[in-house]
Amino acid sequence: MLNRFTLVALAVVFVIAGIVSSYASSSPDGLESVAEDKSFMETAKDPINAETPFADYSTKGIDNERFSVGLSGVVGVAVVFAAAGGLTLLIRGRRRDDDHAETAPATTSS
Amino acid sequence: MHVPDGFFTAPTSVTTGVVAAVGVGVALKMSRRELDERATPMAGLVAAFIFAGQMINFPVGGGTSGHLIGAGLAAVLVGPWTAVLCMSVVLVVQALLMADGGITALGTNITLMAMVAVVVAWALFKAIHALNSRSQSWLAVSAAIAAGLSVPVTAAVFAGLFAVGGEAPISLGTLLAAMVSVHALIGVGEAVITGLVVGAVASSRPDLVYALKGVRAKAQERAEGASTC
Repeated sequence: MLNRFTLVALAVVFVIAGIVSSYASSSPDGLESVAEDKSFMETAKDPINAETPFADYSTKGIDNERFSVGLSGVVGVAVVFAAAGGLTLLIRGRRRDDDHAETAPATTSS
Repeated sequence: MHVPDGFFTAPTSVTTGVVAAVGVGVALKMSRRELDERATPMAGLVAAFIFAGQMINFPVGGGTSGHLIGAGLAAVLVGPWTAVLCMSVVLVVQALLMADGGITALGTNITLMAMVAVVVAWALFKAIHALNSRSQSWLAVSAAIAAGLSVPVTAAVFAGLFAVGGEAPISLGTLLAAMVSVHALIGVGEAVITGLVVGAVASSRPDLVYALKGVRAKAQERAEGASTC
């Protein structure tokens, strides 16, 4: 599973999340700016988990902003990769079971 | 397009929550067909890339920025059902770990970005790609166009949903115009990123691209047919 393509791609993804991310634009995104403009941004509530260690893509306890954002990106990528990869492994496991069930020869007589 | 808590009424959030749960449930079952040995690390990679890509806001003018959604990219690379799962994983991690997108709004965000965007992008891709399916470069171009268009379409669906269940009384026409116009610009960014990534993967490892499977199978059939003549 950890072939060259996967490793290179993962490396690129970690660089994007860990380094490039802190240079990203901090302007409000499309939805936020429309919400501000049409005055419904105020209906937004703070999320109940606003105090999680990586809330808003900054790492609690890290003062250097670039490092703070970068670390949250790296952690996020690792979690997403593990979760999505693990989920698909589970699904493939079920598929193998299905395939075996369909092709299993009938061994009723002993 | 991450919706925060509070934008939608409770009944609307519950309804989109049910829609999301059903959609993800169906995707869990249907994705089995898409997930062969090669696809498994791809799904993890695609989800990881989308998470990273969504962190990179790019300016679109007027003091506004946009970011990749990634639904079309995912659908072309790992198939539409697996794409629903990848997008959902990203959204769940963002909401729970990063407080990006409200937790009560998770159903809405999954419905919009993991389901509507995927369906629209995939349908558009299939139609556009079919126009010239044997061309190698057309794969990336059609993925780019489909993904780019899926962004303002998803924004329009948001506007429609908001007209029905939003907490603020904004007229549908006003909201639609505002959302679609800015997201058409963001869609350009989506198209560029999608085209580049799909192009890169398709040229280095075409065997890993879900959208090429049908093309490969047909090419194989043709080759086999030719050898038995």
